Amino acid sequence: MIIKDKVIKYGSNVDTDVIIPARYLNTSKEDELAVHCFEDLDADFKDKAKTARIIVADDNFGCGSSREHAPIAIKASGIKLIIAKTFARIFFRNAINIGLPVIASAEASENISQGDELEVDLDRGIIKDITTGMSFRINPLPAFIQEIISSGGYVNFTKKKLGTACDCGVNCNKK
Amino acid sequence: MAENTENRIPQTMAQKIIAWHCGRQYVNTGELVNAKVDLVLGNDITMPLAIEEFKRIGVDKVFDRDKIAIVPDHFTPNKDIKSAEQCKYIRDFAARQDITNYFEIGKMGIEHALLPEQGIVLPGDLIIGADSHTCTYGALGAASTGMGSTDAAVAMATGTAWFMVPETIKFVYSGSLKKWVTGKDLILYTIGLTGVDGALYMSMEFTGSAISVLSMDSRFAMCNMAIEAGGKFGIIEFDDTTKKYLEGRHTRPYRVFHSDADAGYFKQYDINCDGIELQVSLPHLPSNAANAKDLGNIALDQVVIGSCTNGRMEDLAIAAEIIKGRKVNSRLRTIIIPATQKIYMEAMEKGYLKTFVEAGCAVSTPTCGPCLGGHMGILAEGERSIATTNRNFVGRMGHPKSEVYLSGPAVAAASAIAGRIAVPEEVI
Repeated sequence: MIIKDKVIKYGSNVDTDVIIPARYLNTSKEDELAVHCFEDLDADFKDKAKTARIIVADDNFGCGSSREHAPIAIKASGIKLIIAKTFARIFFRNAINIGLPVIASAEASENISQGDELEVDLDRGIIKDITTGMSFRINPLPAFIQEIISSGGYVNFTKKKLGTACDCGVNCNKK
Repeated sequence: MAENTENRIPQTMAQKIIAWHCGRQYVNTGELVNAKVDLVLGNDITMPLAIEEFKRIGVDKVFDRDKIAIVPDHFTPNKDIKSAEQCKYIRDFAARQDITNYFEIGKMGIEHALLPEQGIVLPGDLIIGADSHTCTYGALGAASTGMGSTDAAVAMATGTAWFMVPETIKFVYSGSLKKWVTGKDLILYTIGLTGVDGALYMSMEFTGSAISVLSMDSRFAMCNMAIEAGGKFGIIEFDDTTKKYLEGRHTRPYRVFHSDADAGYFKQYDINCDGIELQVSLPHLPSNAANAKDLGNIALDQVVIGSCTNGRMEDLAIAAEIIKGRKVNSRLRTIIIPATQKIYMEAMEKGYLKTFVEAGCAVSTPTCGPCLGGHMGILAEGERSIATTNRNFVGRMGHPKSEVYLSGPAVAAASAIAGRIAVPEEVI
């Protein structure tokens, strides 16, 4: 899978309360959550996300609450990938479980700037910064986690294991 | 357990608990394992999403109706129509699945105070909850951690979850606690040392002579905030205090695990409590810990005493001792939220609630409410609250331009009297 898009850059400790404030957690509907994504951190996020769909951040991205609404809101806003120096562990799991690609790379986080255009090859494990000409290798995820991602998320992975998956496609809701 | 065999490989208690739940003697740190869980928890915010994902998995029944806990505590009693609909959704699911541990309003308490109180979470358990403060139960010697709704959904279907076996950081507390200092001050001080990601992915094991004499309520407050250092578990070894707490309370047999003396730790912090003053964490990170007495004049609009961190009897007792016979400052609102119905009742019997109401405090039925900016004490633009809660992120208690200062119950109560951040000696 190749993701080619521009970068929105954020700093350290972007917490789940600024990703999606709790006052909007009286719903789990992804389109409603996306409306308020990052509104307490960056009022211009929605405009930026029209042309830039990769987030690059510093340390501890997604710290705080376990709310899966956070990666859901980001994904529903059109963001295709998050690269950070480090991720808070619950956010990292949640992103993988819902099929939002996340890459932990200190080198990429330090060298990529706001507005850069990236080409990320998830299968080959390479981040290419087209704007600067720099490249960064991605440390491969453990095989088990790769299997969750290639299944299209943890629910589909589980359906395959339990034999409850329908063979018409991984996103099918039927038994 | 027969541990002292010749082939014994030293392990931390976090490793041992995970190993036991995979049917193994030993697990390596960094290893990914699929393990059986003893309890899956969700609340009115995370459970609706978990139920939707559960339905997608395609199984009809949860793996074990006794091993799921559903606690509608965040936006309850229902704050608006959408919250009411979320609660209705999880209530219907609980009824349909015949979930043993569903707690309706009137019996409900804040989940992380309620489940230990009811003897539902026990030493040696491996627990996941769709709430980040699920790490609280480590105070009982359990390996317990927060995950998302999808993880909860899969665990409800299969009874299992995947874990990366964590490294452990050992925090050894020596010395004695100063007057009014509680577990909350120790953990704020500790997060001040580690930073908000200093224990990322790791188990934080709290030990030492000062922990041995620490109350159960203070231990819960410490383990509760392990997540604020990025931790996976906050864990304290089972001892006489744990045993006493569990007497007449535990609903099933439990198993005790201890860390081996020669277990490998990622790092060790030695912390002498003699010098630890009452702490306040300044906006907007829990790691911004400072001595309360050094903060100068920080005027407040609101005081909140409650939450899964500090809504227990010890907290209310301290607050009542400071507030008794005094009036809260007329320039601010003071909101006190006992964490469970049992705590509410006991605080009533001991006269604490009367003390609070006479002093001009609002006393609420259990709810997470203001801690996460849900309801029952939302801040306006530019307002400032001190709270015994666990997070002071931007917008956490309301308007993105409001501020939350974190403290233990003594500083919160003293501040309620003073109208600004204060220590008890300034008001009594």
